[in-house]
Amino acid sequence: MAYNRKVPEINAGSMADIAFLLLIFFLVTTTMDVDSGISRKLPPPVDINVKPPPIKERNVLIVLINSADQLLVKGNIGDISTLKRDVKEFLTPTFSGNTESPDVDGHPEVKQVEIEGIGKFWVSKGIVSMQNDRGTSYKMYIHVQNELAAAVSELRQEMSKRYFGMDFFVLLKKDPEKAKSIQDAIPMAISEAEPVSLGDK
Amino acid sequence: MAKIRKKGKKETPGISTASLPDIIFMLLFFFMVTTVMREVELIVTVSPPDASEVQKLEDKSLVSYIYIGEPIKRLQKSMGKEPRIQLNDAFAEVNQLKDFVFQSSLKIPEYDRKKQIISMKIDQLTKMGIVSDVKQELREANALKINYSTKKGFIASK
Repeated sequence: MAYNRKVPEINAGSMADIAFLLLIFFLVTTTMDVDSGISRKLPPPVDINVKPPPIKERNVLIVLINSADQLLVKGNIGDISTLKRDVKEFLTPTFSGNTESPDVDGHPEVKQVEIEGIGKFWVSKGIVSMQNDRGTSYKMYIHVQNELAAAVSELRQEMSKRYFGMDFFVLLKKDPEKAKSIQDAIPMAISEAEPVSLGDK
Repeated sequence: MAKIRKKGKKETPGISTASLPDIIFMLLFFFMVTTVMREVELIVTVSPPDASEVQKLEDKSLVSYIYIGEPIKRLQKSMGKEPRIQLNDAFAEVNQLKDFVFQSSLKIPEYDRKKQIISMKIDQLTKMGIVSDVKQELREANALKINYSTKKGFIASK
């Protein structure tokens, strides 16, 4: 008698529904966004006793942002749309031969550096100095930071095409050492001055 | 010769749905694995600015977050509308940052501690004053690697 008893099968038809329910829960809670942003390195805390090294005026491009989000580029009223061009022009290295110093008036000084994979190269001593007011909006600040970074990255791009014949981002993946030499040749020379407060809020 | 004839009506066989649960389960597992629960509840509103020159933050275990923005609507009565700093789950003052940097560095394995990154998620309407204060404090705390969190996008010139 007991042998003949059959265990009734459990209906699995609702399994899909349960799975669906869980699926929808995870679909809703999942966030796919990858965190991205502009990476910067802050300067280490300054020692008051140590004087900063003197930098020649011609080597610095000063970018000021006031509390009304207006720009002053090298003493003239600037515009965000032309900022990238100005910075690029300022930082453009000279690709000429390595015998004579390509010193140009109105451009920053250059120094000859032996770079692996490229050879002797005239590296620009130019520095972009950026200073903002406490009342500057964060949006404008990031916009300027972005333009400065874009200028450097475009210069690197051009150099990568000229020397290695490929896109800088491709080079960065394929041959990090060559990419490193380009980064040495065109440094990310952006410095931030201590903020001032002229027109707060 | 016998003729083979088709019967008058041909019924289309119903598609078996027996494998449906398997497919759903597959999707389910995918989302279960990829899902990341939000660790903090935001009490400030943050809408980051756009930028095109962005880099991805690859190793999330090295990153700690600072949020700056207006308090959310619900808390504006008690906290006001001025942009505030949020650390972990609470509002914070600038002088608490050093402690925060230290506490979060403890969560990183010792050999990786120098690689600590502070990601700042700041609302685009915030003024730079508070941001500068935070940056100065981070410098003093020796947390020098920072990341301005942005949305990747084309910047529309104003």
